[in-house]
Amino acid sequence: MKPVRFDYKRPATIDEACGLLASDDNARILAGGQSLIPMLSMRLSRPSLLIDIAHIPELTALVETETHIEIGAMVRQAVAQKSELVKMHIPLLAKALGYVGHPPTRARGTVGGSVAHADPSAEIALVAATLGAEITYRVEGADEVFDASDFFIGPMLTIAPPTGCLTRLSFAKAPVVCGTGFHEVAPRKSDYALASAAAQINFTAGSGVTSIHLGVGSVGDFPERLDVDLLCGTPLDDAAITDAVHAAMQMVETVEDLHATAAYRKRVATELAIRALRDARDEISKDLNQ
Amino acid sequence: MNDVTLTINGKPVSGVTEPRVTLLDYLRDVAGLKGTHAGCEHGVCGACTVLIDGIAVRSCLMLAVQAEGVDITTIEGIGGSGAHAGELGVIQDAFCETHGLQCGYCTPGMILTAEALLSVNIDPTEHEVREAISGNICRCTGYVQIVEAILLAAKRLGQRNDAATSDTTVA
Amino acid sequence: MSEQKYKFLSTPRRPVEDRRFVAGRGKFIADLDRPNMLHVAPLASHYAAAVINGIDASAALAMPGVVDVITGAELAAAVEPLMNGLNTPNVRRFPLAVDRVRYAGEWVCAVVAESRALAEDALEKIIVDATPQPFILDAEAALLETSAPVHPEHGSNLLLDRKFVWGPVDDDFEAAAHSLSFSVTWGRNSTVPIETFGVLAEWNGWDQMLDIWASIQMPKYADQIARSLNLPSNAIRVHYDVDVGGSYGVKRGIKHSVLVGYIARKLGCPVRLIEDRLENMRAGDAHGPERKFDITIAFDQDGTVRSMKMRALDNAGAYAGRAPFQLGKPISAIVGPYQINSVAYHALSVTTNKTVQEAVRGFGQAPTNYAIETAMDRVAEYLGMDRLALRQKNLIREDQFPYLIPSGSYYDSGDYHAVIDKVLAAADYPAMLAERDRLRDAGMMAGIGIAACLEPSGGNSSFEPLLNESNQTSTWMESCQVNIDALGKVTARIHTTSSGQGHETLVSTVLGEVMQIDPELIRITRPNSLESLPGNSPVGSRMAIMLGGAAARAGEKLKAKIMAIAAHRLGVAIDQLRYEGGDVLAHDGRCLGWDEMVELAHRQYHNLPDGMDPGLASFDIMQVPTGDALPVNDKVQMYPCYSFEFHLLLVSFDPIIGRPDIHSYFIGHDCGTVINPAIVSGMTYGGIAHGIGAALFEEFAYDANGQLLTQSFLDYLMPSSHEVPAIQIVKHCTPSPHTVFGQKGSGESGYLGAPAAVSGAINDAVSGLGIHFEKLPIRMSAISDAIAAKTS
Repeated sequence: MKPVRFDYKRPATIDEACGLLASDDNARILAGGQSLIPMLSMRLSRPSLLIDIAHIPELTALVETETHIEIGAMVRQAVAQKSELVKMHIPLLAKALGYVGHPPTRARGTVGGSVAHADPSAEIALVAATLGAEITYRVEGADEVFDASDFFIGPMLTIAPPTGCLTRLSFAKAPVVCGTGFHEVAPRKSDYALASAAAQINFTAGSGVTSIHLGVGSVGDFPERLDVDLLCGTPLDDAAITDAVHAAMQMVETVEDLHATAAYRKRVATELAIRALRDARDEISKDLNQ
Repeated sequence: MNDVTLTINGKPVSGVTEPRVTLLDYLRDVAGLKGTHAGCEHGVCGACTVLIDGIAVRSCLMLAVQAEGVDITTIEGIGGSGAHAGELGVIQDAFCETHGLQCGYCTPGMILTAEALLSVNIDPTEHEVREAISGNICRCTGYVQIVEAILLAAKRLGQRNDAATSDTTVA
Repeated sequence: MSEQKYKFLSTPRRPVEDRRFVAGRGKFIADLDRPNMLHVAPLASHYAAAVINGIDASAALAMPGVVDVITGAELAAAVEPLMNGLNTPNVRRFPLAVDRVRYAGEWVCAVVAESRALAEDALEKIIVDATPQPFILDAEAALLETSAPVHPEHGSNLLLDRKFVWGPVDDDFEAAAHSLSFSVTWGRNSTVPIETFGVLAEWNGWDQMLDIWASIQMPKYADQIARSLNLPSNAIRVHYDVDVGGSYGVKRGIKHSVLVGYIARKLGCPVRLIEDRLENMRAGDAHGPERKFDITIAFDQDGTVRSMKMRALDNAGAYAGRAPFQLGKPISAIVGPYQINSVAYHALSVTTNKTVQEAVRGFGQAPTNYAIETAMDRVAEYLGMDRLALRQKNLIREDQFPYLIPSGSYYDSGDYHAVIDKVLAAADYPAMLAERDRLRDAGMMAGIGIAACLEPSGGNSSFEPLLNESNQTSTWMESCQVNIDALGKVTARIHTTSSGQGHETLVSTVLGEVMQIDPELIRITRPNSLESLPGNSPVGSRMAIMLGGAAARAGEKLKAKIMAIAAHRLGVAIDQLRYEGGDVLAHDGRCLGWDEMVELAHRQYHNLPDGMDPGLASFDIMQVPTGDALPVNDKVQMYPCYSFEFHLLLVSFDPIIGRPDIHSYFIGHDCGTVINPAIVSGMTYGGIAHGIGAALFEEFAYDANGQLLTQSFLDYLMPSSHEVPAIQIVKHCTPSPHTVFGQKGSGESGYLGAPAAVSGAINDAVSGLGIHFEKLPIRMSAISDAIAAKTS
C-alpha cells in the first residue's frame, strides 16, 4: 500500500502555502497526516503535491482573546487536550478530545486538520458545529471566516474554498456558568463512532439559561446542530429534554452501513443527545435551582 | 527525490528518498532497522509504533520527509547495543518475565508504547495501561500478560527510582 | 503422574524465544533482503465473476523499474494446479486467475519490479478486458441446481455432500420425549495475524536449487511447491529459521509461493511478495469458515440429550482450499463433552464467488462447539431447566474414560465435572448470579455465558480419508534430532517454522526434563527442509504431543546409549546403574561423569561397547498415538488427546446502546500436564480474545455485488485491550495416557469455547424478552434493534 508519487514542499508562511495550493489544482495541504496518509496509502487520495504546513509558526498558536480562544490549525490534538485554556474556556471541546482517535494519533493529528477533513464522525467537527465556532481560511492573501454550523455539507465535504488553507478555529469562551455533555458510542472505544452528541448550556446569573447548543454526529453525512431553543426558560426537567430532543431528531436522516442500521443510529443519537443535555444541565443544577 | 537526514536512536541517518516513502519504510529500508513492523499500513494496528521526542507515534502515518528535526526512537534504541548487546532494558525484561508476547510481531510497538506511558506516568493503574495500549492490536496474547508486564515494569522502575533517591539522601 | 515431580516441566520458566522479540530482532520475511531482489504486486479483479478476454500490460512493462508482468495464462502453461484435498479434479486452482475471475479481489496478474511502490504504480497501467458474469454468494442458493457454477467444468457448486449416521438416530428420536430444532450461523471470520503472508524465493541455476523463506504454518509445504513447479522435491530448500508473525492456522501460502517460485526461476533473481493488508484481507489466506447449522435435538423430560441431527452447510468460496476438511475435523468431537448416544451429520461444502476459505485455528471445531452449546442452552430453555444443571447431567463422567463417541473416536481422559466445580468456586457463582440480577434491577440487560467444550489435540489426518476415500493416508508424524557435541553441549533440531507457540522452549524443556539438564543450556536450531526429517507443522494442536513426544523419545534414546556406555565402562549391568543429572551412578558409589562420558563417546572408540557407533546423536520420528487405521464404516479414531475447557462469564449492556461489557471471565482449562505454564496460559488468553472477536466484532462481510465490505482494519474490527477483559484461568490436570508426560494440546484453547460462551451470555441477557441471536458476530446494532422491536 504505497502512495502515488508526489512532490513535497515546506512553506514558511501561510501565503506561500496558499500560493502553492493555487499553483496546482491537485495539491493538498498536509497537516497532521493522520487522516490523509491512510488515504494516500490506499491510493484513495492521489495528489501531485503535498504542502506541509507544520513549520508555519503562526499556525501552532493557541491564544486567548477577550472573548475567544483561538486555536491555530496546526495545534496538535494532544496539545489542545492538555491546554488549560481549552479546559477552562472550551470545556465541551476538552471533553470531546479524549474520544478522538488514540493517544498516538492525537500526538500528530491537528485540530484544524480534523475540521478540514470533515469526517462525519469527527468529534472536533461536531463540537465546532454545535458551538458555531468560527473557521478562518486564508485565500489569496485575505481571510475568510465561516460559521462551523453551516460549514459541513456532506461526508468529507465542506464549503471551504478549494485554494484556501484553514488557519485557525475560534471558539467563544464559555460563560462562567456553563454545563457541557459529550457522549459517543462505537463498537470499540476510539472506532469511528456510530453516534455522538455534544451539548452545552450557557447560563448567566440574573438572565438564566441564555443559550443551549446541541449537535449530533456520525449518524448522517455531516455533524448537525439540533434546535432545542424552546428549552430555554424552562426548568430543563428530564421529560422536557426528552421531548425536545425527540422533536429535533425527527428531521435527522441517519445512514446505514455494515456496523449499524439507520434505526440504530437514530435511536442511539437520540438517547445520547438526551444524556448530553442532562449532563450539561446537571453540571449547572446548583445555579439553575436558585 | 529529497535528501533527508533523520535522528534515529541518537544518531543522524542520511538518505535520499521519495516524499511518498513513509517513516516506517524509511526506517526499515533506508536505515536498515527491521525492528519496526508493518501490520496494516493504514494506522490502525500500531505495530509500526516508534517514539518521536519520547511520544508514541504511528510511523506508517508519517512521511520520512516530515520526520526531520525530531528525535526518533525505535526498538533498536532500547536496551543494550554494541558491547552491551543482549542486555535488556527494564520493560523488555518485564515482557520476558510475564511472557507478554508470543509471535513477537506487535512487540516492538507495544514496548515503545509502554516506554512512552511509563515516562510520564510511573505508577499507572491497570485501566491506564489498557488505555495506553488500546491502539496496539495483538492477536496472540489477549493482552493479559502484556498488561502484567507493563505493571511489573512500572513497579521495578519505581523501586529503582526509590533506591536512587534513598542513595542520594544517604549521601 | 503428579506435576510436582517434574524438575523443569510445569515450572515457571521464561520462554527462550522472547529475548529476540523484545529486542526487535525477530527474523520475519519482510526483514530479509537479498541482493538484486525484485518485488511482486498482484493485480486484483473487481468483478465477483468475469470471463477474462485479454490483458494488456504493455504500458506497465514500459515503465522504469518494471521487469515483468505474469498472467494466469502464462502460469497455467508452466505449473501444475494447486492440490485439492477432495476428489474434485475439475475445480482447478492456480495462483492467478486463468480464463475466469471467480471472486472480487482475485489476483489476475502480477507485476515484478524493483520496488513495491514501482510495482503498484505499474498495476494501475494494466488494462484487463473482462466480461462480468452472473455470480452467487449465498451457500443455500449455491446448492440449487439452477445456480451458476463457479467452476462450470465441475458441473455444480457442490464440493462435498456427505451424510453420516452414527448410532441408532431414528430409534433415539422415537424414544425421546421431546425434540426441538433451530439454526445458527457462524459468520465468516478468521484469526487475522498482524503480519501478512510473505514469501521470498531464489533460484540458483548452477545448483538447480530453489531457496524459499516464507511465513508459513503449512504441512507438506515443500512437497506441494515441488509438485506445482514440477521440480524434484530435493530441489526445493525451505528455510525454517524464520519467524512467523502469528498464524493461528491461516498461513498456508501455497498460491503465493508457487507464484513467487515460478517468477524466481523465470527471472533468475530473488523475488519477494509481501501481501499488503488489502491483498491479505481480500485475496490472501485470510478467510475462515462461514457455516450455517441446522440442528434437531432429541431429549427427555429430565434433560437427558439422546440424539442430535446436524446439517452443516459451509461456504467454501471460489476454490476448494481446506474448507471441506474443516467440516470433517469436528467429527472428532461431534458430541462435544456430552453422552449423546447417536448423531446424524450432514456435511455440505459449496463454492461461491467469495474469497477462498482457508484453515483457521481449530479447523472447524469452534463453529461446531458454538452450535452444540447453543443446542444445550435451547434444551434448557425448553424444559425450564438451569443451563448449568443440564450440562452437568449430560457431561461424560470421569469414570467413563476412555469414552467412545458415536463417530468412532475415544476421548482419552478427563474430569469435566471437577473442572466445572473448580470454576464455580473460583468465580463465586452465586455472587455472579446475584450481580447479574443486581444489574438487571438497575435497568441493564445482563447475562451469564456458559460453555463446555473439548479441544481435540494431536493432529491426525483421518478426516481426509473419511471424506475422500481415494486419499489413503494415515501417517501423521513429527520428528526431532538431538546431538551432544564433542564438548558436551546439547543441540536439538526442530523441523518446522513457529508462529509464537514457543516450540524452542517446548523442546528444550522436554529434553532438559528427560536428560536432567538445565533447558537453558540446550540450543535449538531449525534446519532447512532438506536437512529435516518428516514433520507436519504446528497444526491441529499437536506440537506438545508430537514434537514433545519426538524430543522425549530422542532424549530417551540418548540416555539409553549413555547408560550402555557407562555399563561397559564401569563393568556393571545396566540395571545396577542410575542416571542422575547427566551423570551415571553405580550402586557402589562409582560414577561416570558427563564430561568423561562425552570423551568416551567422541574420542575413545576403543572403550565403547562392541558394535556401538561413536558420537552421541539420536533422532526420532514419531507417529501420532492411536493413528494406525483408516476409517471403517464411516468411523475412525481422530485426534488422540482431548483437552477440556469450561467458560463462565458475566456480560451486561445498556438496552439502547447495546454494547456488551464483559464484567468477569473465568475459564477452567485442563490440557493434561502443562509443559510451560506461561506459554499455555498466554495461548488461552489469546484464544479467548479471538473468540470475543468472532462473537461480537469480526466478519468478512460482502455486499450484494460480491464486494468485500471489510477490506481493511477500519471495518474488520479486532478486540483491543479495552474489549478483552481480565481473565482468570482455573487449572486442572487429567493426564493423557497416550503421551510421555500426560500432556495434551492447548494451541486452540479459549478460541474453541469463547464464541459459544459470549453468545450464550448475550442470549441469556435477552432471554426474558424472548429474543434469540442466531448469527455471529452479534453486533451492538442488532442487539439494540432486537430489543427495540420487542419493547416498542
